[in-house]
Amino acid sequence: MSILVIAEHDNARLNAATLKTLTAATQIGGDVTVLVAGYQCQAVADEVAQAAGVSKVLLADNAVYAHFLAENLGELVAEIGNNYTHILAPATTTGKNFMPRVAALLDVAQISDIISVVSADTFKRPIYAGNAIATVQSSDAIKVITVRSTAFDPVAASGGNATVETLDVVKENTKASFVGEELAQSERPDLTAARVVISGGRGMQNGENFQMLERIADKLGAAVGASRAAVDAGFVPNDMQVGQTGKIVAPELYIAVGISGAIQHLAGMKDSKVIVAINKDEDAPIFQVADYGLVADLFEVLPQLEELL
Amino acid sequence: MKVLVAVKRVIDYNVKVRVKADQSDVDLANVKMALNPFCEIAVEEAVRLKEKGIANEVVVVSIGPKAVQEQLRTALALGADRAIHVETDEMPDSLAVAKLLQAVVAKEEPQLVILGKQAIDSDNNQTGQMLGALTGMPQGTFASKVSVEDGTVSVTREVDGGLQTVQLQLPAIVTTDLRLNEPRYASLPNIMKAKKKPLDVTTPAELGVTVARTVKVVKVEAPAERSAGVKVADVAELVDKLKNEAKVL
Ligand SMILES: Cc1cc2nc3c(=O)[nH]c(=O)nc-3n(C[C@H](O)[C@H](O)[C@H](O)COP(=O)(O)OP(=O)(O)OC[C@H]3O[C@@H](n4cnc5c(N)ncnc54)[C@H](O)[C@@H]3O)c2cc1C
Ligand SMILES: Nc1ncnc2c1ncn2[C@@H]1O[C@H](COP(=O)(O)O)[C@@H](O)[C@H]1O
Repeated sequence: MSILVIAEHDNARLNAATLKTLTAATQIGGDVTVLVAGYQCQAVADEVAQAAGVSKVLLADNAVYAHFLAENLGELVAEIGNNYTHILAPATTTGKNFMPRVAALLDVAQISDIISVVSADTFKRPIYAGNAIATVQSSDAIKVITVRSTAFDPVAASGGNATVETLDVVKENTKASFVGEELAQSERPDLTAARVVISGGRGMQNGENFQMLERIADKLGAAVGASRAAVDAGFVPNDMQVGQTGKIVAPELYIAVGISGAIQHLAGMKDSKVIVAINKDEDAPIFQVADYGLVADLFEVLPQLEELL
Repeated sequence: MKVLVAVKRVIDYNVKVRVKADQSDVDLANVKMALNPFCEIAVEEAVRLKEKGIANEVVVVSIGPKAVQEQLRTALALGADRAIHVETDEMPDSLAVAKLLQAVVAKEEPQLVILGKQAIDSDNNQTGQMLGALTGMPQGTFASKVSVEDGTVSVTREVDGGLQTVQLQLPAIVTTDLRLNEPRYASLPNIMKAKKKPLDVTTPAELGVTVARTVKVVKVEAPAERSAGVKVADVAELVDKLKNEAKVL
């Protein structure tokens, strides 16, 4: 078995999801190579070379990979990936964007969002918004897989000593070009990696009221999330959406405030260790998954919570 | 410009699906089915392009058993001009769907292909990207804004860090995210009119595509159930429990 893991990064630092994907790779078993594709990203290659279990790092450093465009990355990974039995990437928006292109170029299926490795060809993945877990077995010669990072612990970030090899493969597709980006700036921990997440829903009524959640988040070192309804209503930006079609989180503590608990929202947070729900409707479905439920008006209890923490 | 929209028939998003007792699959008998919500958004976007005079024809395509014609009629009622049904008894996997769509694209030669970002049954999130690779078209996935001008389309994408904008040469592929638009409801007169719109049926064999699966479902289980916890009386009790019982504070 030889496994290629595609690193996720921002050209400066490795994203923690990569270390979790490396755990899945280690569980499959075999030699693990990591591809770092980006621009002026030598630091990332050096960083991942230290990670436990990595035997080799391939560095494709070129302006064409600067923004991780799927057209370019897809071709690069498909060409290199031909020599491996497994190609893994985190199931982030970047991984979801280019990996299916890799699979199609290699004429194999993709197994999306695995949550467990049963054997080298068999994996578990949630379907139907996590209301069912499928065990799937692939007969493809190359298994193209995206990994749900909340389902795996990270490998140690240090202790490894892999060699870094430079690649000169330049794949540029001029039909697609990067125009710009608006990235959220936050001092708070990343939603998908935070120990505590506090999320607000439609019950928050407006964006300003989210400051009540932010003050509590600051006290707890928490990230702030939201339901789809809160994002659609424009209270907060899209990158805060937790759920089936948003971000998947599994913190030690998840606090849902003014969120009803639709299946699509539960799909994104029900693997949290401890769940707290604050909702004024005692029949809200969120209480069916909450370890601690508080039936109350959020505008009354949030200030109290802030004070008691 | 012609726009092709791929739509999938899936379980209604409000239904909580159950696993069959023999763990072979989920139980879809007598379950309400619908147009995949992301596909509804895709149809809406195409129809708006037509209403703006940018598109002149909206063609919808669905792959699956006869029953998918119900969803094609829905798409026609929402404003699509004609439909193509690729009939096969089973729902093929995303790669096979992408190959069938590639064959349809070769025939229809659309300038823009719009798909949902994800089917809410398989939760695959693959087909649009695969179609991109197979046809060589560029892709704008998870779109929250699409604007077509002078042979290009500019797509604002919802990404983990926020928003990213890319520009693509036509023909191109777009997959929809939730914020792209709010789909309309089909009016009764439009539902009636949709019954008369053309719906052509073809098969994978006619398109020259085989739909073999390489990934087999071994087992389908229910997820671990969370047991409902306790209700606390007030904030003081909540904080106390989080500190002393759950030990997460
Ligand atoms: C294709 C598709 C994908 C989706 N993906 C996602 C997803 O990824 N994530 C997601 O979250 N949703 C998703 N949804 C939407 C989902 O179905 C629900 O509509 C959404 O989660 C509802 O958000 P909400 O709980 O904030 O709003 P509501 O359901 O309106 O609930 C608001 C809650 O706030 C409570 N409340 C109101 N005022 C107060 C107060 N003063 N004090 C205390 N409680 C109060 C109410 O009792 C109510 O329970 C998706 C839907 C579709 C169709
Ligand atoms: N059987 C199908 N028929 C037509 N379109 C499909 C089919 N399956 C998937 N699609 C399209 O591909 C999108 C993404 O599906 P998936 O990659 O399976 O999550 C859907 O929203 C549809 O636009």
